[in-house]
Amino acid sequence: MIDFEHVGKTYGGWQAIEDLSLSIAEGEFCVLIGPSGSGKTTTLKMINRLIEHDSGRILFAGAEIRSFKPEELRRRMGYAIQSIGLFPHWTVEENIGTVPSLLKWPKAKIRDRVTELLELLNLDPAQYRDRYPHHLSGGQQQRIGVARALAADPDVLLMDEPFGALDPVTRDTLQLEMLRIHKASGKTIVLVTHDIDEAIRLGSRIVILDGGRIVQSGSPRDILARPANDFVSDFVGREDIGIKLLSIETVSSRVRRDGSASGEPIAATATLRNALSTLVARGVDSLPVADSDGSPLGAIHLADLVGPHP
Amino acid sequence: MSEIAASPHRPALESWLRDPLPWAFLLLLALVFGMPALKPVFAFLFPGQERPLYEQDSFWSLTLAHLWLVGVSSSISVIIGVAAGIFVTRPAGREFRPLIETIVATGQTFPPVAVLAVAVPLLGFGPAPALIALALYGLLPVTEATVAGLESVPEAACEAARGLGFGHLGRLLRVELPLAAPVVIAGIRTSVIINIGTAAIASTVGAKTLGLPIIIGLSGFNTAYVLQGALIVGTLAVVIDLAFERLGGFISRWKRG
Repeated sequence: MIDFEHVGKTYGGWQAIEDLSLSIAEGEFCVLIGPSGSGKTTTLKMINRLIEHDSGRILFAGAEIRSFKPEELRRRMGYAIQSIGLFPHWTVEENIGTVPSLLKWPKAKIRDRVTELLELLNLDPAQYRDRYPHHLSGGQQQRIGVARALAADPDVLLMDEPFGALDPVTRDTLQLEMLRIHKASGKTIVLVTHDIDEAIRLGSRIVILDGGRIVQSGSPRDILARPANDFVSDFVGREDIGIKLLSIETVSSRVRRDGSASGEPIAATATLRNALSTLVARGVDSLPVADSDGSPLGAIHLADLVGPHP
Repeated sequence: MSEIAASPHRPALESWLRDPLPWAFLLLLALVFGMPALKPVFAFLFPGQERPLYEQDSFWSLTLAHLWLVGVSSSISVIIGVAAGIFVTRPAGREFRPLIETIVATGQTFPPVAVLAVAVPLLGFGPAPALIALALYGLLPVTEATVAGLESVPEAACEAARGLGFGHLGRLLRVELPLAAPVVIAGIRTSVIINIGTAAIASTVGAKTLGLPIIIGLSGFNTAYVLQGALIVGTLAVVIDLAFERLGGFISRWKRG
């Protein structure tokens, strides 16, 4: 869907991006991560031409992005940013309808789309449609920001640290919603973050950048299990790698269907990291596991957590 | 129960009664059309005066002429000022900003009387020099407010507008100017109010304005004339100022909504 071929970008002699090649497949949830100045945001903004690349080629759906008019290219790509940037003088409905109205959709179609998106992001349309952004909490504003990015059903969703300014609880909820939306829509998403836990949680692929180059690219498991070098090990948190590996798997993948244990059951959808934490907190070595509707599924043992990956 | 049923109407009427704009407007109309009726009052106040009421022109025609002069000169100020403010906040015009700010500030540094004095030999007597002097004088508040307003637009909204696919013009017209509007309107308000006062001076070069009775009164030691002109100019300024206040509130109604 998006291909970088030997892309470079220089700012007055400083090489921000150097010979970057990256291919993002359709439906991928690609997380760009790296320390400040690593070029992750520059890479993202080059995709919708908010920043123009100097050398190499960037292809969108097979065509060099410079063959599109910048405005038309951007209308085909959703865009959400950390500072949200809702238009304060427009209602929620008008904000979400920004790109559809730029694309001159009929009014009734925009209205239906807004209703659909508000429901998708768990906001009651009747209650929120006519509000102005300053009457919303930060989390609600970012939901609107995400809805606005999704409004014209874009091929690609670009997100620049969208949850960076939110409190941990809201961030957690919105991350889960992004996962749900990604799963349901199958959209290609490119997300920039500096939070490795967010990257591990959301990404189907993580691209680690440093000094304008790709240091390592792979699935969260690849990156955690086989860090390419010391920089990556340090970046993903050398000491917590085991814990982070536990956080990318759910209890359901290790549950002993015939096992049983006593105590309050843990949900099958919880991560292995939650399971470990619960085991330690309760001082036990096994936990009963329950389905999402509460029916018993089996048990998980401490030893199951350290077994080989399936 | 009946109290509750009646209450929705009362606040509307009450707020209308408390609203100073209609009252000020009524006062203005009363002064403009009712001044001849006050002749005995002025005769009583200024007993030595042979002609206690300015009667060479009707106050209505003076008011219209005054409004015309202010309207035209302020429109010129607004068109040039807003355009200059937009220009210097675009990437292409950024480097002209200090230059334009200096020119505009100089326009206001010159006392309007001096501009009138310089303009008369070039353009002759009448409304033309007055228009130029007033337009120059009103330029600064408008330009400054446009620049300040556009700069107060949240950076995030601009970035989002760009990233979502607005073109330059669409971003300016639909995002930047509406968000800058309350500040710009405040600048226009200042400019127009200054011009209403300054336009009175334009009568020194032969433009017909509400300053005419004032200037004739001053030169002929007729305080009654001065008072009549000043009362109407003052009330006119108050009415226009209140109207702008209303417009500003309307433009930023989303802040309350």
